[in-house]
Amino acid sequence: MSVVATTRVERWSAVSVSFTGALAALIALLAFAPLLLGQNSLDNLIQLYFLVILAIMWNALAGYGGLVSVGQQAFIGIGAYGVVFLSVQHSLNPYLAMLVATAIGAAISIPLAAVMLWLRGGAFAIGMWVVAEMFAIFVSLDATLGGGTGTSAVLAFNLRYTPDQRLKYTYWAALAAAATLLVVLFVLLRSRLGASLQAIRDDEEAARSVGVRVLLGRGVLFVLAGAGCTAAGAIILAWQLSILPLGPDSIFGVDWSAKMIFMVLVGGLGTFEGPILGAIVLYLLQTYVSNSGVWYFVMLGSIAIAVALFLPRGVWGAVQERFNLQLLPVGYRLRR
Amino acid sequence: MNWANAVLHGILLGGLYALLATGLSLMFGVMRIINLAHGSLALVGAYMAFLLTEHTSMSTYLSLVIVLPGALVVGYVLQWTLLERSLRAGELVPLLTTFGLLIVIANLLQEFFSPDVHSLPSGSIGTASWRISSHFTVPWLDALILGVAIGALGSLQLLLRRTQIGRELRATAADADTAELLGVDARRVYAYATAIAVATAALAGVFYAMRSAFDPFSGPTQLIYAFEAVVIGGLGSLWGTLLGGIVLGVAQTVGAQIDVQYFALAGHVVFLAVLVLRAVLQAGGLRVLPRGAAA
Repeated sequence: MSVVATTRVERWSAVSVSFTGALAALIALLAFAPLLLGQNSLDNLIQLYFLVILAIMWNALAGYGGLVSVGQQAFIGIGAYGVVFLSVQHSLNPYLAMLVATAIGAAISIPLAAVMLWLRGGAFAIGMWVVAEMFAIFVSLDATLGGGTGTSAVLAFNLRYTPDQRLKYTYWAALAAAATLLVVLFVLLRSRLGASLQAIRDDEEAARSVGVRVLLGRGVLFVLAGAGCTAAGAIILAWQLSILPLGPDSIFGVDWSAKMIFMVLVGGLGTFEGPILGAIVLYLLQTYVSNSGVWYFVMLGSIAIAVALFLPRGVWGAVQERFNLQLLPVGYRLRR
Repeated sequence: MNWANAVLHGILLGGLYALLATGLSLMFGVMRIINLAHGSLALVGAYMAFLLTEHTSMSTYLSLVIVLPGALVVGYVLQWTLLERSLRAGELVPLLTTFGLLIVIANLLQEFFSPDVHSLPSGSIGTASWRISSHFTVPWLDALILGVAIGALGSLQLLLRRTQIGRELRATAADADTAELLGVDARRVYAYATAIAVATAALAGVFYAMRSAFDPFSGPTQLIYAFEAVVIGGLGSLWGTLLGGIVLGVAQTVGAQIDVQYFALAGHVVFLAVLVLRAVLQAGGLRVLPRGAAA
């Protein structure tokens, strides 16, 4: 047929090339923000960056791996407490500690993957929650880490840096982490592994039957999401300095899962650009509407339910469908 | 308390966890979903009983006469509104919507009942216990809860085996499409399953609240314990759930015997050990939660 003859498969389009270029330029520009912006703006942007990390990591698991976790706060807590452990107790430079903690989070996620990835669906979701609770209890039993009353890394930072320096360096660390994880996920999803991951998500048994290594694909995503959430936890510690181990609003708290699910669902589950949009939406809500309290979480929960039911691919998914638009292309499309 | 007594109390506690887990297991068996709001619905039952005992002269036990039918209605409505749409929207959606529900319930409870800790009056039964020897005591309330759990599991077993709706539940659990071909209305069956699940959850929630203090965020804890009981016992079998609850209860009370702080941790460790064991045993590719293993 003539349609076939004139159809070609393409990954990049003029729009996506210019958008990806513009995004890269924006990230480069944002690196200069500490020279131009005030403390409040930097503080806000750090918050946006770790929300972006959490959103893209949760989406990597659920949107591309088909694994809904309500326990990624385990890694957030590991990241935060890892930095406290290394920098407060072992006098490591706190920014170096953030890197080491991320490596520790990745290392912990490997044996965890071997156990947890045997679980499916809801069992995996709650199983991960149990893991988060376990880590929270372990930490709260350790008196040297502050026990149940929490701890602070103020000293570790103040010994080496002025508050102004801390803000700038934390800003750069957060920006670097967000940009790195975006690039890693982008490259990963465009690779052969990315194609196999989407095959697994769409039909696990069919993928398995054509020789896709299901466990390996999911394992890679699990470890990436573990490392990413650990990095986010380390940044959150450097940002808020004091942390608590127990309770829904603590560093190991389930409220983090509520935020991740909200961002990814609103932005668009299983789209690459969507979670970034979702992170911006949550950031704007937190900054201009409310950032805590009962009604804030009632709102997050109800919007998440409504979007899951009525707009399953989120805001970005709807835009994509309407305009056939891919700004950061991880798939292919047909064009005449 | 000594070790043997700790084990005895753990066995009794297992009744509560089995009761909590029954509905979770039933919904998974019939609808293949895990309701993440299960613990929160149990807690709503406890808060409803709290309202009734606070504002009337009703005892907690009598309040069940109102709470349980109320929970049946809540479950029925929940299926027709939220879950029915979620089930149609895809495999992961019920998890997302029930998690959203969990967050909404916990925060609304906090708004209306304050974040304070409450407890339900348990009457003279609550404080009484049999003293078997100087080392063994059996609290009446715990024995009552274990009895209620066995009664509830037995009734559910009878319902599933002997009644028309039970046959429809089992048929839908085994193969919903084929059951529909034979004239079973799967959505109605799902609504019954959810109604029964929420009612058993509320029953468990009320007893939980009589045994220990609760606050608006106790729901997730109950969900986690129920889920652990289900996984330890093997999802699907009703009496396996009782066994799983007992193993979890014993792990917790024995853990607490070592150090009070180890209560929840010991349960989590046993749960994780069971998972590791299954991962090792089933490395051939079997699923931890087998399909078609309802009731």
